[in-house]
Amino acid sequence: MLSQESLQQIDREIAKYPPGKRQSALISALRIAQQEKGWLSKEVIEFAAGYIGVPPIAAWEVASFYGMYDLTPVGRHKITVCTNLSCTLSGGVHVAEYLKKKLGIGFNETTPDGMFSLKEGECMGACGDAPVLLHNNHRMCSFMTIEKIDQMLADLERQ
Amino acid sequence: MSARGLILAGLDGDRTWRLQDYVARGGYEVFRKILAEKTPPDTIIAEMKDSDLRGRGGAGFPTGLKWSFMPRSFPGNKYLICNSDEGEPGTFKDRDILRYNPHTVIEGMLIGAYAMGCSRGYNYIHGEIFEVYQRFEEALEEARAAGFLGQNILGSGFSFELFAHHGYGAYICGEETALLESVEGKKGQPRFKPPFPASYGLYGKPTTVNNTETFASVPFIMKMGGKAYMNLGKPNNGGTKIFSVSGHVCRPGNYELELGTPFSELLAMAGGMRGGRQLKAVIPGGSSSPVVPGAIMMDCTLDFDSIAKAGSMLGSGAVIVMDETVCMVRALERLAWFYHEESCGQCTPCRDGTGWMYRVVHRIEHGEGRPEDLDLLLSVAGNIAFRTVCALGDAAAGPVQSFVKHFADEFEYHIENKKCLVPPAVQETGSQIYVSQPC
Repeated sequence: MLSQESLQQIDREIAKYPPGKRQSALISALRIAQQEKGWLSKEVIEFAAGYIGVPPIAAWEVASFYGMYDLTPVGRHKITVCTNLSCTLSGGVHVAEYLKKKLGIGFNETTPDGMFSLKEGECMGACGDAPVLLHNNHRMCSFMTIEKIDQMLADLERQ
Repeated sequence: MSARGLILAGLDGDRTWRLQDYVARGGYEVFRKILAEKTPPDTIIAEMKDSDLRGRGGAGFPTGLKWSFMPRSFPGNKYLICNSDEGEPGTFKDRDILRYNPHTVIEGMLIGAYAMGCSRGYNYIHGEIFEVYQRFEEALEEARAAGFLGQNILGSGFSFELFAHHGYGAYICGEETALLESVEGKKGQPRFKPPFPASYGLYGKPTTVNNTETFASVPFIMKMGGKAYMNLGKPNNGGTKIFSVSGHVCRPGNYELELGTPFSELLAMAGGMRGGRQLKAVIPGGSSSPVVPGAIMMDCTLDFDSIAKAGSMLGSGAVIVMDETVCMVRALERLAWFYHEESCGQCTPCRDGTGWMYRVVHRIEHGEGRPEDLDLLLSVAGNIAFRTVCALGDAAAGPVQSFVKHFADEFEYHIENKKCLVPPAVQETGSQIYVSQPC
C-alpha cells in the first residue's frame, strides 16, 4: 500500500515515542501516507491504522479532525490561501480572488486537468509574511504579490 | 527583527541558526555550568520565580510557579512539552524563534527538564510550518551529536531525550490538554481540569507544557539571574517579549522589546501606519484578546498589567493593527468564522454558539441584520464564555463582546441602513495586497 520509503519515515516517527505508545505516531503516519498518495482514501487510512496497530476508527477520528488531511481527491498542487484577519489586512482576500479567477475554480474545487486545487486556510502562524499561502501543505509561500503568484503557477505547471 | 532583545538579538536570518553559531553566541554555557556545578533544582526554580517570567503563549501564567507544581519524588517518567502550535491569528513569533534560534529552545528545555526531573520531552510544532519542523529536527540532531541530548549528558548522570512532534492543522491543539491528546495520537479535544498536567499529563504522567518563547527565555534568565531579567521589564512583567506586529503598519514583523515599552514606540518601530492613515483599533494579544480602540491603545504600555487595565490581554503579544479603512463588522465576521471553524465540537455552548454568532454577524454584515441582533450576540457570547471545558469558548466570546462594545455605532449603522459606515471604496484601499516597503 505504501512505499518502503514512506514506511521507513513512519518507523522513524514511531521510534520517537515510548514502547507501547505507537499511536502517538498516527498523525505523522497519516501525513506521510497523504504525501505519497495525494489524499487519504478509506483504504489508506485503514492501512495506516493497521500499521500503527490501532482500530480503523482511531485513524478515522484523527483524519477527519485535523484540517490538513484531504479525505477526497485533490489536484497535483493544492494551494491553501490564508484569509484570516492579519492576511486580509494585507490583501489575503485579493490573493484568493485572483487565484480563483486565474484558475477558474472556487474554494474546495479542482481544475478539470487535475493540476490545481484551491482551499481557504486558517491562520498559518506567518502573519508577518502576509499574504501567505501553502503549497501541498508543506511549502510556505510568503509575501505573495500578483507577480509572485503568476511565477509560482508557471513554475508548478512546468513540473 | 530588533537587536534590542535577547532571543532575537544578533541573529542573521537563515545564516546563524546552527549549533556552532549558537555556541559562538554563548549558547549552552549556562546549561554546562548547571551540570558542572550540580545546581540544585530548587535554586533554578527560585531564579525562575525571581524573573517574573510569565508564560509567553497567551495565558501569562508565572513560569516559575508552574515549574514548582511538578511532583519532585514521582517514580518514573515525567514529561516536558514545548508548545509551538502557534495558530492564534496574528501570532508568528515562535516560527521565527524556531527558524532562527532553535538551540535556545533546546537549551531552555534542557534546563527545565533538569529542574523538574523530566526524562523525555516533545516539541509540538504547528502543522502549517513543516519546513520549520524539519529544521528543528536538524537542530535536535546537532544537539544529540554534540552530546547535549540523550543518556548521561556530558557525563553528568542527567538524561533527557527530546523529539519534535508535528501537528496537522488544528488551532485547538494549542490548548495544552488538547495538545497532550494530540501527542497521544488522538483528536485534539481538551481535557477537563483538574487534574492539571502537572499531576496527570502525557500518558497520564506528570507533565509541564510551556510555550516556545518561554523556553527560549530560560537560558537568558539563568545567565543574567532572575532579578536582572525581571528588571529588563518591571515587577510582575519581567523581561523582554517578542511582539508580532501585523496589519496596517509599514513594516509588519517581530519586534522584541522590554515589557513596559509604550505601544507608540512599537508602532514607530514597525514603520508607523501604512499610507499615513489613522489608527482605528488594535487587537493587542492575538485574535482572542478583546479589541482596543486606537486612542486608548496609544496610552498603553506593552505589559500584562497595562493591557489588562485597558480591558484586554497581552496574550501572545500578537499586535494586529487596523486603520480607518476597516469595517469592524466585517473584521469580526472573519474572526467569528475562525472560532466556528476551529471549535473542537466537544462542548455544546462552543460548538453551536460559535456558529450562531458567526451567522448573526454575517447577516448584519450582509444587510440582513435585525434590531434585536446586538442583544442576541451579547447573550450568545455571554452564554459561551466560562461554560466550556477549555478557553476557546471564552476566546470566541471576547472579540464579539469587545467589538460590539467599542464599535456599537458601526453595528447599529449596518443594521439600520443595510450598508457599511465605512464606504466600500475606502475599505478597498485598506485591503490591497501589501508587502513591506518603505512607507
